[in-house]
This record gives sequence, structure tokens and C-alpha cells, in this order.
Amino acid sequence: MDEGLLGQALHDAWWPALAAAFRVTGDLQFAEDAVQEACAGAVRQWHTAMPADPVAWLATTARRRAIDQVRREAVRPAKESAAARRAQEPSFAQDPAGVDPQEQLAMMFLCAHPAFDVATRTALTLRAVGGLGTHEIAAVLLLPEQTVAKRLVRARRKIRESGMRFAAPHVDALAARLDDVLATLTLLHTEGHRSSTGPGLLRPQLSDRAVAIARTLARLLPAEPEVLAQLALLLLTDARRDARVDDDGCVVLLAEQDRSRYDSAKMAEGERLLERALRLGRPGRWQFQAAIAACHTTASSAADTDWREISALYGELLRYDQNPVHEANRAIAVAEAEGPAAGLTIIDAVLHHPQLARWPTLHVARADLLRRLGRIPDARRAYQRALELEPGPAERRFIDHHLAHT
Amino acid sequence: MKYLFLLRDGNNDGPPALDTPEGAELYTGWRSVLDAMRAEGVLVDCGPLTGVTSATTVRVREGQVLVADGPAAELKEQVGGYTLVQCTGLDEALAWAARIPTAVTGSVEVRPVIDTSPGPVAVAADLGSATGSATV
Repeated sequence: MDEGLLGQALHDAWWPALAAAFRVTGDLQFAEDAVQEACAGAVRQWHTAMPADPVAWLATTARRRAIDQVRREAVRPAKESAAARRAQEPSFAQDPAGVDPQEQLAMMFLCAHPAFDVATRTALTLRAVGGLGTHEIAAVLLLPEQTVAKRLVRARRKIRESGMRFAAPHVDALAARLDDVLATLTLLHTEGHRSSTGPGLLRPQLSDRAVAIARTLARLLPAEPEVLAQLALLLLTDARRDARVDDDGCVVLLAEQDRSRYDSAKMAEGERLLERALRLGRPGRWQFQAAIAACHTTASSAADTDWREISALYGELLRYDQNPVHEANRAIAVAEAEGPAAGLTIIDAVLHHPQLARWPTLHVARADLLRRLGRIPDARRAYQRALELEPGPAERRFIDHHLAHT
Repeated sequence: MKYLFLLRDGNNDGPPALDTPEGAELYTGWRSVLDAMRAEGVLVDCGPLTGVTSATTVRVREGQVLVADGPAAELKEQVGGYTLVQCTGLDEALAWAARIPTAVTGSVEVRPVIDTSPGPVAVAADLGSATGSATV
């Protein structure tokens, strides 16, 4: 079978398989090893005969590997007594085939557990749910690879040692922990749209997975406006997916996108969900984000975009979430509403934020405003700075194009 | 598994006296949470500590016993008490920690205790339903 299809099938199966293996081992490292082994088996066997249900195949295989590993560890002397205990637990003997969606949900809540700091939660989710490698996680989190590796090691250790239970929280605690899950989900989705590594700009299966998880959450919590709004946000962003890259894999700016290529079904569903969320009368940051996405997506043309409304919505959003990335986006909206000079003032004010300074997209936005102000040498320097920060391949092509024409 | 709560609230000279309003309030708060812990079979042991002026630190270096007056390290917030609990997992331990009066005035550091006992323990890795009520 085709290498790309095989890779994608394995990628789709990673999370359910890891969740299944984790459930029996209670040890993320054991579980990851078991999934790796199962993947190696899949690469050997799937070429000749693809299983009817690849996800269930990988989960079942990984679970059995994990059980074997726990049994092996259990017979070794005292040091591995945790494995010995695990092997004697009542749930251990159960070997259900296939996948359990509750396991996947439990994995999501484990990764976004408040006992981890925010940076660890995102790294862990990208690893355990997104199936990304350390290098890819470092790229999307704008962090050195070694930092990410260290965080993952510490997180695995904390899971192993601290008795973190593999269960979705009780409904009372669910709402409180929800924002952490929504934040990490959005990051997954963003990585799907702005792939920092790999050949193309888009990694649709990652975005699709984020949407699938968001749908599951929305089904479980239909009265939580922020859950509905986040699903709306993801759908409204996805609606523009096909228009965001051209046939050569190059970024197409919002202003130049062919709006006839927007997915009208996703737009409609996103708007419906947002309306439902707003009617619940409890505003929050995801509702403002979704409202901004709706403004962009539903404008009949770039010229019709209501930039004043968008910059006002960013102002509201910042009251709920003081993320410097929103401030950078507000700068772009203000530049459209009031002119490039006003936008540049805001960008320059956030430019030295430690997280943003390493974000190539911000330097590209700044270069664009400088170019529009006729400050060509400054614009070229800003494009060069963006290139130094190792942007993804599609963004690199975009910058190269502008450097050649500026 | 067992969890040790290390309680810090900046009262490094010891807990307030019971006949002060502050001490009485603290006592009431503690009694309520300890009663609940006992009722649930969670509490293993607990106790307030005297002030750090009564602390003595022992080290053995090259066979020599070195005894020093005072705590092991100078900290703004020393450990002022402890609670040892037996819980089904971290989430339950964290929920109990949040009910301890020290969590309001200072902090409760939750530390899992390594289980060195040889026998098996019956901790099931059950999955709770997201909408159900079986697990916390």
C-alpha cells in the first residue's frame, strides 16, 4: 500500500492505541513503547493485507504488547514491584479488543491535567493525542527541542509516580478543567493549519482530529457555551482550509483567498454553533475568538471585511485572555481599519515579548506593514529576521517571494 | 496510595494559640476537614509542628554526627504541619488538599509517598464516565 496512506493510517491510530496501552500499564513510557512496537508490526503487515479496521488493529496489538511488557517487568526483582502490582489488578486481565472513545477522552483530560503546568499540558497533548515527535512539538510551541524533551520526561515520571487516575473527571470538575482541554485542542488544530515541519502548509488529519475531539466534547457538554464556541471556531477556520494554499503549496493571504473555495457547510455549522453558544448568555474567550473567525469567513469579499468590528472583538477578547498573540492580531486588524502606521505601533510594542520575538509570522506581518509604509529597507530586514527564525516550508516560500519583489 | 501534605502558612513560630480568634477559627476549620477525612477513611495521620526555633537538624558527615540549631534551610515559609492521607489517586488527594485551612492562608504541597510494601494493592484503573458519577 501507498506509504503516505500507511503513514496517515498509523497517525490516525496513534491516539486510540496509546490510550488503550496506557489504560493497562498506567505508564506513558511503557504505552509509547508498546505503540511503537505495534506500529513496526503494522508497517510489516499492512503492506500485504490492510486490516478491516486499522485503528482497532493497532489498539489491540499495542494493548497486548503493553500487557506482555508489564508481565515481563513483573517477574523481575523488587525494583519493578509497581509492574507486579499492576499485573495483579482486577482490570489488568481484561483484554477488550478495539477502541473505547472514553479512553481517548480520559487521555485528553490526563494531558490537560491542572497538576501539569500549561507548557507541559500542550507538549503532552501534542505527543500523546497528536502523535507528534519532540522536534515537531518544539516547532509548534516555539521552544528549544531539549526543553520539550525534558518536560515530557518529567511529565511521564509524574504520571507514573503520582497516582494520576486515567478517568474523565466527574461532571462537577469537568467544567473547571475544560478550558485547559479547549486551549490544548486549539493548539492541535493550529498545528494542523500551520504545519511547521513536513512538506506542506496543512496537515488536515491533525485538524480533523481536533474537530473530532471538539465534537465529542460538544456532544457530552451541550450546555457549555465555550465548548460549542470552540467547535464553531475550529469549523469556521477549517472552512477556509482549501483556499489557504495555492496549487504550489504556497500561503494565500486572507485578502487574496478565493472565497468560492470556502466550505459553505462548515461555515453554516460554525455559525449555528456560535449562535447557540451566544444564546446561553455566558461570554468567554472562545466565543470572542469564534466571532472573529465568523467575521472573516462570512464577509462576501476581503474588502467587505468589518475590520473595525474585528479590532473591537480582539479588544474584548484580551479582557478574557491576555495572550500577546491576540495583541499581534489586533495590530493587524487596526492596520486594516486605521492604516498601517497604527498597526505598526502595536506590533512594535509586543515585538520584544520573549515568546513573540521568536515567532516568524509576527515578523512577516511587521514586514508587510513596513512595506506598505514605503520603508523598504526596514521591511527587507524584517523578512530576513523571519527567515532566521526557521519558519515552515510554505511560509519560507512566501517570504522568499516577497523578498524577491520588495 | 498515600500522599503526604506539607503545610506551609508562614507561621514559622508555630500555630496561633487556640484562645485567639485566629486560632479558634483555624481549629474549627481543621476539625471539619479531619472529621470528614475520618468518615471517609482517608486520614492516616496528621499534626501541627512547633515553631522552627525548636527545630534541630542532624547531619552525618564522614562518620561525624553534626547537630545544628534550627531548620535545614532558611525559608520564608517553613513546613508548619503535615497530613498523611490514603487516597485512590491524585485527583482525590488534590480535592482533600483544597479543603485544608492552610490552603487558604498558605499552601499545601501534595507529595505522593513511594509504596515500598511488597504485596499487591487493589487499585483499579477504572474509567469513569464523563457524565457519570462513579469517579472523581
